[in-house]
Amino acid sequence: MSLLKVSSSPHIRHEDTTRIIMSDVIIALIPSLIFGVYIFGLRALFLTLISVLTCVLSEAIYNKLMKKPSTVRDMSAVVSGILLAFNLPVTAPAWLPVIGGIFAMIIVKALFGGIGKNIMNPVLAARVFLFASWPSHMTRYSAPLESVNSFMIGAPDAVSSATTLTDLKNGIIPSIDLFDLILGKTAGCIGEVSSLLLLAGGLYLLVRRIITWHIPVSFIATVAVLTLVFAPDGVSNISFMLYELFSGGLILGAVFMATDYVTSPVTRGGRIIFGIGCGLLTVFIRFFGGYPEGVSFAILIMNLFVWYLDRAFKPTKFGGGRKNAKA
Amino acid sequence: MEKANFKKIVSDGLLYKNPILVQLLGICATLAVTTSVTNGIAMGLSTTAVLVCSNLFISLLRKFIMKEVRIASYIVVISGFVTAVELLIKAFLPEINKSLGVFIPLIVVNCIILSRAESFASKNSPLFSVLDGLFMGLGFTVALICVSAIRELIGAGTLLGYRILPESYEPALIFIMSAGAFFTLAFVVAGANKLLAILDKKHRKEEQ
Repeated sequence: MSLLKVSSSPHIRHEDTTRIIMSDVIIALIPSLIFGVYIFGLRALFLTLISVLTCVLSEAIYNKLMKKPSTVRDMSAVVSGILLAFNLPVTAPAWLPVIGGIFAMIIVKALFGGIGKNIMNPVLAARVFLFASWPSHMTRYSAPLESVNSFMIGAPDAVSSATTLTDLKNGIIPSIDLFDLILGKTAGCIGEVSSLLLLAGGLYLLVRRIITWHIPVSFIATVAVLTLVFAPDGVSNISFMLYELFSGGLILGAVFMATDYVTSPVTRGGRIIFGIGCGLLTVFIRFFGGYPEGVSFAILIMNLFVWYLDRAFKPTKFGGGRKNAKA
Repeated sequence: MEKANFKKIVSDGLLYKNPILVQLLGICATLAVTTSVTNGIAMGLSTTAVLVCSNLFISLLRKFIMKEVRIASYIVVISGFVTAVELLIKAFLPEINKSLGVFIPLIVVNCIILSRAESFASKNSPLFSVLDGLFMGLGFTVALICVSAIRELIGAGTLLGYRILPESYEPALIFIMSAGAFFTLAFVVAGANKLLAILDKKHRKEEQ
């Protein structure tokens, strides 16, 4: 008989819950995760599992202790866990994702009011926290396809390998083939190496309308234009730009981090300015900063401007606006 | 204005009106010097010394200072004592002088001292003003010790320079950087708020 019951409008509904959105993000991340495991070994999977488990448990325990409704089922903690592991080098000790996960979920997310209320991206804040606390662990990259001890708690031994960003910072084109770089056969964090698969994941999210094109495109385009125009002397501008685009965490940041619903603007104009700001800061830090990579700092800084961007690009109310002001 | 009494001065200074934990005064000094417990104690005690002396003299002079120029007069008194303390530290504790650096002369502009001069010493007798300076200063010192102990323990694995955590502990460097100061202070103030809420509840129960 329930078929005959008619509720009030709207009658066409969409089950677009947080859970479904987050599941789509996970689906988009899985190819990169598999590739990370292929290129860095089983330890990549081990660190990811630890990270996911920590994030989920931190959120569940915090909600329980504070007598708040459980938000574990919305899967956002799982996404945070995967993304946090994506931001770690495979040689990180196993306690690094544990501390990072607790920091992201409790201090950056839960203490500000939980999902939807945090002012900064929890994963990036945790990455910067780990980066400032244990710089030696966060910057030791093993060479691709090198075997590292998979299930060690401490930091496994590995021949450390320079990332392409170090070369670019010194104004030279890295020796690695550009196609290998885009495919991801390079040193770096677990999930940031394969630009190709990350872009494929981003395309999936675009098709599913989970994200819009504004932030990733304006972010990447800003970096592209700046690195094309201001390439150092003696190198080809085009190849310098391409290497800059596919090095480090730019694609991962632009597609998956900067587009976080909670910490990005809601209007189209705001999103484009947000992306341009991220791009400008990234290039500034890569060119003039002390660190080779600037994506995480750039996005975190722009996160703090979201409130202003949302105000500046407030849509006009129907019937309101300047045209009708005097009538 | 309620009459000052000894018990209230003690409890206000150490807890209920603690300059850092409740009034959130003098935060710049707190954030900057609490990288180690030694620094925290040194900063706390030198501020206490200045606070006691300036409270005494401002209280003695309170009938002669014209209202219009009182802030300037307070600053003259305070900076006199800060200079004295600075010279003493330079002469007898060169190590402390090295690690605290510019923050010793900056005690002049520490708002705790000016706020006690304005809100207490200028209205109360010298004896009570000295006591107020002493316990406000001690409250400041206690808060500095709390913050700096957490920062030194997590950020360096030591307390007062002695190693507490095993060698295998890898210190989280962010805690001795300025960002760590903000985290730690926030958590210490939150803890103090919780403590005050519990005490308040207990107090109300007793009154009923």
